[in-house]
Amino acid sequence: MYKNLRWKLLTIAVVFAVFFAVGVYPMLAAHFHWPVPAALQAKALKLGLDLKGGVELRMRVNTDDALKTTTTSTAEALRSSLATQTITPTITLVSPTSFRVEGVPQDRAQAFRSAADEITQTDYDINSMPGGVYQFTMKPNIERDQREQAVDQTMQTIDRRVNELGVVEPSIARQSNNDELLIQLPGVSDVAHAKEIIGKTAQLEFKLVEAGPGAKEDLLKQYNGNLPGDLEIVPGSGGDAGASYVVKKIAPVTGADLRMAKPGLDENNQPAVHFELKPSGAPKFGKLSGENIGRYLAIVLDNKVISAPRLDGRITDQGRISGGFTAETANDLALTLRSGALPAGLTSLEENVVGPSLGSDSIRAGVIASAVGMLLIIAFMLVYYKLSGINAAVALICNLVILLGLMAYIGATMTLPGIAGFVLTMGVGVDSNVLIFERIKEEIAAQRGVRAAINAGFSRVFLTLLDTHIASLIAAAFLFQFGTGPIRGFATTLSIGLFVNLFTSIFVSKTLYEFELSKRQTPALSI
Amino acid sequence: MHIFKNPNFDFIRWKWQAIAVSWVIILAGLFQIWTKGMPKGVEFSGGTIVLVRFQQQPNLDQVRNTLPGGGANAVVQSYGDPARHEVSIRVHSREVEQGTSLSNTAEAVVDALNKGGLGPIKPASHLCASATEFNCVSGRRIVGPTVGAELQRRGVLATVFALGGILVYIAFRFRFSFAVGAVVATIHDLLITMAFLAFFKYELSLNVIAALLTITGYSMNDTIVIYDRIRENMRSMRRDNLATIVNSAVNEMLDRTMITGGLTLLSVIALFLFGGEVLKGLAFTMIVGIITGTYSSVFIAAAIVVIWQGRSPVKVAPAAPVAPTGKAASGKAAAKSGKRRAS
Repeated sequence: MYKNLRWKLLTIAVVFAVFFAVGVYPMLAAHFHWPVPAALQAKALKLGLDLKGGVELRMRVNTDDALKTTTTSTAEALRSSLATQTITPTITLVSPTSFRVEGVPQDRAQAFRSAADEITQTDYDINSMPGGVYQFTMKPNIERDQREQAVDQTMQTIDRRVNELGVVEPSIARQSNNDELLIQLPGVSDVAHAKEIIGKTAQLEFKLVEAGPGAKEDLLKQYNGNLPGDLEIVPGSGGDAGASYVVKKIAPVTGADLRMAKPGLDENNQPAVHFELKPSGAPKFGKLSGENIGRYLAIVLDNKVISAPRLDGRITDQGRISGGFTAETANDLALTLRSGALPAGLTSLEENVVGPSLGSDSIRAGVIASAVGMLLIIAFMLVYYKLSGINAAVALICNLVILLGLMAYIGATMTLPGIAGFVLTMGVGVDSNVLIFERIKEEIAAQRGVRAAINAGFSRVFLTLLDTHIASLIAAAFLFQFGTGPIRGFATTLSIGLFVNLFTSIFVSKTLYEFELSKRQTPALSI
Repeated sequence: MHIFKNPNFDFIRWKWQAIAVSWVIILAGLFQIWTKGMPKGVEFSGGTIVLVRFQQQPNLDQVRNTLPGGGANAVVQSYGDPARHEVSIRVHSREVEQGTSLSNTAEAVVDALNKGGLGPIKPASHLCASATEFNCVSGRRIVGPTVGAELQRRGVLATVFALGGILVYIAFRFRFSFAVGAVVATIHDLLITMAFLAFFKYELSLNVIAALLTITGYSMNDTIVIYDRIRENMRSMRRDNLATIVNSAVNEMLDRTMITGGLTLLSVIALFLFGGEVLKGLAFTMIVGIITGTYSSVFIAAAIVVIWQGRSPVKVAPAAPVAPTGKAASGKAAAKSGKRRAS
């Protein structure tokens, strides 16, 4: 009857040993400073930010910014294309996704349409209104793609930046299907600096200066208060409106053309940022600098002029940005330029900072609470179910060890609510054992043999457990689907715990019974 | 060993009284929430929490008075291990904040404390590095006002879908009346727990929401175990009316219900006592939830099945569940008849 017993016991021993090695040993080793093989260390259970300390930022990507950039450059491209055909309408931005063209002469409508079709491709719907007015609106599917792309790009850029900061195991995750990002930086304590690095848009643009520097009003007067459509006024460094510049709207060269950026010193030994251009960017910069020798080039970062040096010659491969940097700000700017610009600005929604000592307090409290709960349960089981209580205790311990090991193996994260999930798992584990033991008692009371009682107890309760576990899994699945960070951690712990519990309370516990019964000729049961 | 020797309580007889008691608690809770409001955690209301660790345990009123505006809208509480002299200061930052400047509020709180002579506390950008460092900020949490609405929406969605999923599952495995009973019992548990959270002035935080959803699972687990025995007894006790069947099922499971409920309660109480400040609200919610979850399985879920089906004898047994082996199924039937003889 018990011919497979040896194999079953071996399976349990191997499973226990493997999960103990993966899930429990690295934790014990960390506490007692034992050696840990590298392979195990890499798989060690990850702790959530609430336990190990760090910064959690929830930010929204302002995807409108990216759409606005696209729409502006489309409008400007249309403007310069029309200018070559001596059509000079007024072009105004209506919203991030649409612009309006006014004053197209009736007899040039045909030429306008073909230019418009060529520039906007099929990305914009063109709505023609009387009086030579045209409204261009980005198509909804293009808009959706662009927003999607902006979020993806933002994630990649932030990822590069936090990696450059040297954060170990950062996590940048998109919150469900919208524009929100959850950025977790374990072990970071200088929050302000981290946020500055992450949040800096770092839109670097090189734009030709038309006039300036000077106060905004004075500059406007030079144009009789009416700035041409292809020009804009940008404040000077530090947002100083008194030292604004009039520059071309279109930047021939941007941060995207840079290959490398590193901090250094300028000719006056002041901190500066040195950059090298990509092969694709070099000709552009060469053309821009070569054709405009003697003019000034504004270096615009996030819509503020950092400096506006004179172009003294053709520049093709490398250059330098100077202008009131400290060693630290030069370093930060070089870092953000290297990692690329954010296609859109970020809005902080939530910020959670857990100091390292707060986290370790929580771990200790959680471990003590779990240990006390566990000991109470085991003590009760031993008193109430006598020797069978040992089965329950072994099953419970197996359950927790396998649960920890599995979580470590799949790379799940242990959070504070996850510890609560542990307690619930213990509760459900106890319930399974109690159900089985009570059933066996009933079967024995009905004058059945010990072996038959045990078999009937397990097989009957299996159905009950199946129902309760599936129902709990349904609930956990929805928790995971709709929950955020810590709740997901809880749902993960709970779901894994439920699966493990089925294994330990049915397979492990039953095998232990079989082992005990196989030792005796006339079976008796201590329950 | 048994807790109850052959128990034979008539639980179902008390169903109306039990339902009345539940209504009283639920209505009192709703009244409390309606008049006083449910205190919401910072995740839901938006605002800033700063955990400050002082050199000496400060007077909380003194802390409050130093805050901007006399701390009129601030919540100041001592927090965690008393030896740490930690105080949780919560202020509302209602204005919509732009860009990445959220953390200004935290610095403003630290500034105010320093001006009030409670410092010198290190700037909020520095965090307490070890358990023995004092006069520093040990943690902070800042939530913009827009996050809460989304969290609430998701919490409600999760609950509704979970209940819907369970309704379908139980209707499929048992009967529709069973499914209704289980779902009503779960909603009952959620309402009772919310009532107790309001009575004891616990904040509705993300952790509490996790606990509320957990007791959904626990209550369901407990209910299904009882249902399972009712279904089994419906097949072996065809001539008895449903109230008798349900009563005998509940009585047969009484030992198990007390042990499981009691032990889970023990471990949650351990969590409440030793789990630290962060888990306190979660543990309290689970304590109430486990008690009401156990109670509702009998007095709400099973009672609804009885009320729904009336007092008529059971005519058609529900479809047999899929048994793992034929042997087990026949063994079970034999066990059942044997047990009835014994009792």
